[in-house]
Amino acid sequence: MKNEMEIQFSALSQNESFARVSVAAFIAQLDPTMDELTEIKTVVSEAVTNAIIHGYEENPAGTVTITVHLDDDVVGISVRDEGGGIDDVDQAKEPLYTSKPDLERSGMGFTIMENFMDEMSVTSVAGRGTTVYVKKQLSKNKVVNH
Amino acid sequence: MSFSVEVEQKQNILCVRLHGELDHHSASELRAIVDRHLEEHNTKHIVLNAEGLTFMDSSGIGVILGRYKKLQPRGGRLIVCGVSAPVYRLFEMAGLFKVLSLEEQESHALQALGEAV
Ligand SMILES: Nc1ncnc2c1ncn2[C@@H]1O[C@H](COP(=O)(O)OP(=O)(O)O)[C@@H](O)[C@H]1O
Ligand SMILES: [Mg+2]
Repeated sequence: MKNEMEIQFSALSQNESFARVSVAAFIAQLDPTMDELTEIKTVVSEAVTNAIIHGYEENPAGTVTITVHLDDDVVGISVRDEGGGIDDVDQAKEPLYTSKPDLERSGMGFTIMENFMDEMSVTSVAGRGTTVYVKKQLSKNKVVNH
Repeated sequence: MSFSVEVEQKQNILCVRLHGELDHHSASELRAIVDRHLEEHNTKHIVLNAEGLTFMDSSGIGVILGRYKKLQPRGGRLIVCGVSAPVYRLFEMAGLFKVLSLEEQESHALQALGEAV
């Protein structure tokens, strides 16, 4: 079955937990495992935090858009901002790379997203914004009867 | 909202107990509380109890590493305990165990630092 949802919210750090919880609630219909749910919540948190901190530099006038597509057991999530964009995407994806060490960023966001999902792609135009797309196939053989 | 910190000073050790969700939003609260404590008390070591954490992302890694760096000039150690499997995975990915030590429980961490329990 195919299903889709989209949410938009202001670039405020308070909305990071709202984003995680909303996506998790939507995906719950696929009956994911606890591990899968944790992984997806972490990935959403990473991408949304990046949009807020790096994309909009914490300017709450910015808007973050999340789209979630379900197609049978496959979850596709895109997180989009219309912020500053990324000059060098390959460098940004390197483990431990951060452009904001002064903010105690760990530079592990993209590494975590790549690790927890099957696929990740980053489309960014400097001065225009960034879209991060991630995809994950949920496990099919789950225990149905407890 | 769904995050809280409890701190307790035991001699020169600061015990920090985390509850709820540690993300970019709550990291600033944790940073402020621990740093204020480090200024006001004679603290050498930090024991970070993650038993009550229900969620953590890479912002948690950043704030923990930042506190570790603050202890360096004092010659102190940072020990984490009560780490769940998902949190362990993030620590591992970030290579945090190269600088932090891990103990199962808070009492073990205190023992490792030579505190009578
Ligand atoms: N949405 C975004 N807009 C602009 N820059 C971004 C965005 N997402 C990531 N970046 C850039 O990529 C770098 C790496 O991101 P990440 O791996 O999450 O590490 P961190 O957030 O800890 O810096 C960031 O420091 C930033 O320079
Ligand atoms: Mg990040």
